[in-house]
Amino acid sequence: MKTVTLTILRFNPETDREAAYREYRVDVEPTDRVLDALSKVKWYQDGTLTFRRSCAHGVCGSDAMRINGVNRLACKVLMRDVGDRVTIEPLMGFRVIKDMVVDMEPFFAQYRSVLPFMINDSRPPQRERLQSIADRERFDDTTKCILCAACTTSCPSFWANEEFVGPAAIVNAHRFIFDSRDEAAGARLDILNDREGVWRCRTIFNCTEACPREIRITKAIGEVKKAILYGSTAP
Amino acid sequence: MIHTHTYDALVVGGGGAGLMSAIYLSREPGLRTAVISKLYPTRSHTGAAQGGVCAALGNLEEDHPEWHMFDTVKGSDYLGDQDSIEVMCNEAVDVIIELEHMGLPFSRTEDGKIAQRPFGGHTHHFGQGPVRRSCYAADRTGHMILQTLYQNCIKNGVDFYDEFQVVDLLLSPDGRCCGVVAWHIDTGDLHVFHAKAVNFTTGGFGRIWSITSNAHANTGDGVAIALRRGIPLEDMEFYQFHPTGIYKLGILITEGVRGEGGVLRNDHGERFMERYAPTMKDLASRDVVARAISREIREGRGINGKKYVYLDATHLGADVIENKLPDIADFCRTYLGVDPVREPMPIQPTAHYAMGGIPTDIDCRVVTGPDNTVIPGFYAAGEVACVSVHGANRLGTNSLLDLVVFGRRSGLDMARFCKTADLPPLPENPTERIEATFARLLATEKGEPAAKLREEMQDVMQDHVGIFREGPGMEIALAKVRELQERYRSVLVLDKGKRFNTDLLEAWELGNLLDLAEVTTVSAINRTESRGAHMREDYETRDDVNWLKHTLVTRSDEGALDITYKPVTITRFQPKERVY
Ligand SMILES: Cc1cc2nc3c(=O)[nH]c(=O)nc-3n(C[C@H](O)[C@H](O)[C@H](O)COP(=O)(O)OP(=O)(O)OC[C@H]3O[C@@H](n4cnc5c(N)ncnc54)[C@H](O)[C@@H]3O)c2cc1C
Ligand code: FES
Repeated sequence: MKTVTLTILRFNPETDREAAYREYRVDVEPTDRVLDALSKVKWYQDGTLTFRRSCAHGVCGSDAMRINGVNRLACKVLMRDVGDRVTIEPLMGFRVIKDMVVDMEPFFAQYRSVLPFMINDSRPPQRERLQSIADRERFDDTTKCILCAACTTSCPSFWANEEFVGPAAIVNAHRFIFDSRDEAAGARLDILNDREGVWRCRTIFNCTEACPREIRITKAIGEVKKAILYGSTAP
Repeated sequence: MIHTHTYDALVVGGGGAGLMSAIYLSREPGLRTAVISKLYPTRSHTGAAQGGVCAALGNLEEDHPEWHMFDTVKGSDYLGDQDSIEVMCNEAVDVIIELEHMGLPFSRTEDGKIAQRPFGGHTHHFGQGPVRRSCYAADRTGHMILQTLYQNCIKNGVDFYDEFQVVDLLLSPDGRCCGVVAWHIDTGDLHVFHAKAVNFTTGGFGRIWSITSNAHANTGDGVAIALRRGIPLEDMEFYQFHPTGIYKLGILITEGVRGEGGVLRNDHGERFMERYAPTMKDLASRDVVARAISREIREGRGINGKKYVYLDATHLGADVIENKLPDIADFCRTYLGVDPVREPMPIQPTAHYAMGGIPTDIDCRVVTGPDNTVIPGFYAAGEVACVSVHGANRLGTNSLLDLVVFGRRSGLDMARFCKTADLPPLPENPTERIEATFARLLATEKGEPAAKLREEMQDVMQDHVGIFREGPGMEIALAKVRELQERYRSVLVLDKGKRFNTDLLEAWELGNLLDLAEVTTVSAINRTESRGAHMREDYETRDDVNWLKHTLVTRSDEGALDITYKPVTITRFQPKERVY
């Protein structure tokens, strides 16, 4: 056990006019997650500290936040890797509801805008649609997305213009555009060829670095750009 | 401020069971349906499921729904209802194909079909040896199911109330279900949802124990609300401990690791499962493997005498691990600093899955009493429910299957029901009860934090109502839980605000966990035999003469817990001794 200092950007809509930093000292094990440290503060020091969490092992996407200035899942970062003084702030670019809780509605609206579902109107066979291992591999990486918003809220193009559809939505479009069973790649590519679509991406790679699922997001965006340019999803 | 909404059908919960139900309801023209979920649906714990979902597709070798049925009945230690099990195994093939058509990206075989791998307790020819029955998408099958179902809900335009926590169930004066009360987490306003039919799909309650694979959100809200509204809970003594959780953290390491060939080893390096299950070895049923691990640890053969053994996958090679088990590898590297390609993983059993829950029939209608009286309009599906396909012990991959099969059946039956049913009247003052509860929680100025009470509950349940149980230990646990329930009356909520008050909600959830810990322990003390996951050291054998029956526990108006029973449905397979 050792004592660390968490500097947390707090905002309570019922009492505060603007956000302010508050310090908490808490005892942690080096193998504790940042989420464990936050929970200890909430449970034993200050019940008003508010953040989302559920799975606690990096698969549900609830607890993306800025930890020492970079977007991370609090449950996927260990205390031994962040030092004795840790700054914790909400994601940038969304309205803060309370402390680490931001309004996710605009994020999900962008996600829904890219037709994130399989479209195939031909009559399905009796059994499964066949897909080769190679065709399945083509979009494997982008199936991993947990919609945590770490990528979109790390993107300078998104900070500059909140209408930009953002990396997460493009990742979810990619997942279908390159699925050999899907028939609506054209419609999605049209949507992403829009003013607020893929061309806002300046290949800065922040998204790829922020992704807790290690999805090669910039590469995926590049593949979508290419597909728009060449009108084809062939590799 | 109280808001009122009127719908035909409500689905409470946005996990696998809830979303499948909603998809079927959304296909019904003119039917107004809403999904109410305390988490964004994609945050549901279904997304954490790893290993697979089973169906006798026979893509890689011969397989049949009858074999699957036999394995499930045997796995249940003959407590599962065989009519439900038959329905589930028969519909499995069709529902998996349907998921594929919805877009689910299953891993593939060389000839492009859905890939399958072996899993614990799944056999060919009625127990002759392992069979490849688990359909999977790498080791994130649950994630892909949850995503695919959510995507299809968006496609079908389902109405979602995200981050609305249901806190009460409404029954009309004539005993029909007529809606729910929900707390809008963002604003702290209460909403009354008035409807003809309500489906509870709120998942499990693994947070009763200290070492658990379950999410913080798995607090058994639906089960506890039902109990409070006079509905019995079935077979609550049967709770599954998964053999392989990460040491101390409880994070799950899928059985798929053993399905791919991983083996368990004790401190001597011995592959000890050969002693406990000569035929199935590391792929014996979960209760058997979890007990074997605990026994090794108790007899001093844990690694360096500590409370863990090794799960060894080092002989599988980097290719298998990186391609078929990438998330597992990531968990081990992130949380343990262990690379499973080169080192064995330290594991211990972890609280995992509730076989018991709200009793239902095969159409997911909630039933009460020994003769299964239906509560009109009330449904339950998924882990919250006990349609009793898992009996005393669930086989791996049968839960995801349960979600999609019974999620679908619940949607179909609710749609049928809503077409003819009228809207029952709401009770007077529908929010009265929950307002009183919240007012009490907020009024306390001096008391203990919820977290402290929760930890004490988790520790005592882990020590005495875990894998090995005996009467005196469980009595200690029961006394402790009742003491905690008493102390809970003055639990301290520090956040007195309305907006996003998770302090208040966590305290309310603790009340649910305590009630379920109590019912679990009372049911376990009462059952004086060993069966499936319920292993009593003071009653070591299964006793079919006295105990081949389901437990039903009801809370009386005075607050006491009453125990009654109902018979097990046995059709094809007569109870036999269980060896693997
Ligand atoms: C780590 C792990 C791995 C697993 N792997 C497998 C596997 O490989 N194969 C398999 O078959 N099974 C597996 N299981 C079991 C299986 O995943 C679960 O039993 C199943 O996903 C439960 O699904 P559900 O839809 O019933 O509930 P959940 O997915 O838990 O969803 C519950 C929903 O209810 C909502 N909710 C809860 N309370 C409220 C409330 N008060 N008001 C409003 N909404 C509420 C939540 O927001 C959530 O949307 C695994 C389980 C775990 C924990
Ligand atoms: S709590 Fe689920 S991703 Fe962190």
